[in-house]
Amino acid sequence: MENVLGFVALACGLIVGLGAIGASIGIALMGGKFLEASARQPELMNELQTKMFILAGLIDAAFLIGVAIALLFAFANPFVLA
Amino acid sequence: MATADTAGTHAPKAGEYIQHHLQHLQKDFSFESVKQTSIVDFSLFNLDSVFYSVILGVLGCFFLWRAARKATSGVPGRFQAAVELLSEMVENQAKGVVRNAKSRKLVSPLALTVFVWIFLMNAMDMLPVDALPSLWHSAGPAMGFADYMRVVPTADLSTTLGLSLSVLLVCLFYNIKIKGAGGWAHELVAAPFGDHVVLYPINFLMQMIEFTAKTVSHGMRLFGNMFAGELVFMLIALMGGTWAWQFNPISGMFWLGIGHVVAGTVWSIFHILVITLQAFIFMMLTLIYVGQAHDSH
Repeated sequence: MENVLGFVALACGLIVGLGAIGASIGIALMGGKFLEASARQPELMNELQTKMFILAGLIDAAFLIGVAIALLFAFANPFVLA
Repeated sequence: MATADTAGTHAPKAGEYIQHHLQHLQKDFSFESVKQTSIVDFSLFNLDSVFYSVILGVLGCFFLWRAARKATSGVPGRFQAAVELLSEMVENQAKGVVRNAKSRKLVSPLALTVFVWIFLMNAMDMLPVDALPSLWHSAGPAMGFADYMRVVPTADLSTTLGLSLSVLLVCLFYNIKIKGAGGWAHELVAAPFGDHVVLYPINFLMQMIEFTAKTVSHGMRLFGNMFAGELVFMLIALMGGTWAWQFNPISGMFWLGIGHVVAGTVWSIFHILVITLQAFIFMMLTLIYVGQAHDSH
């Protein structure tokens, strides 16, 4: 029982932490490229900005789903019921 | 947790508070109160999600309809200008993705509806997290309902997967309409790897995986964002709750009140971006998927 709780706590930390690393790298790469691209061609900025926001949402989504699942495990743990 | 334990017999523990707030008002089809035990259960529905999504859908349609009825070709009022901006934005996005002008007559209004509806449902997150549930706490049991209420319909997997399944149906409809049943059947087995009898099963498998992955990720993305947002709002509310139970300047819990206000403000402002962005992404992906149904390989 205590073992399970401890492992689930560790797992929640890993889910949020690793997800955050991935999402941050993704956003950083994309944001950097966006700035570069709009410095080269400022007239494309508005068009690129829309696409950047869409992609930011897509990158964020996997991380936020992870956070949701981790928080769910933290508060309504399905593994201790068994 | 220890702080909540000492606060009295009626104060719920943090875990209980969260679990109570994550429970939908569930009914089975003979309108009896039930509680879901397995992850997938088709014998019940979430009455609160259905209620709020229908109310918000009607509200959104009503305001758009009123803007359309009162529209003038002269100087537009503020509301008309806002609705015009919105529908023009959607129309421009649709033009870029769906090339068929005839399909756009249905698809652009569909995308606008999806955007407005999902935005309104997401915006329920902006209400104080306990406001409607605590109203329900005094009203619901008096009317013979269970004391559960979740106000954000998009933080319910049933709603978001329902939306994404409807988008899938629209995609299938356009696949058949544009390519014909025979043409689409041929594409199902001939794309993406090529038109050869040996490759037919692999192609078909890939197509099935593509449709499933599209639909599931479409719904899960919206659900994950809204669910995480709602949970963080609950945690912030818990900070304030713990502070109120432990109103003692000497104990460390005193600073939770300030943390509650600061974190609540920051997260609310960030969440304005998230709810708009997620509604926009859902709309864009709807357009992109319908646009894909128009492309032949």
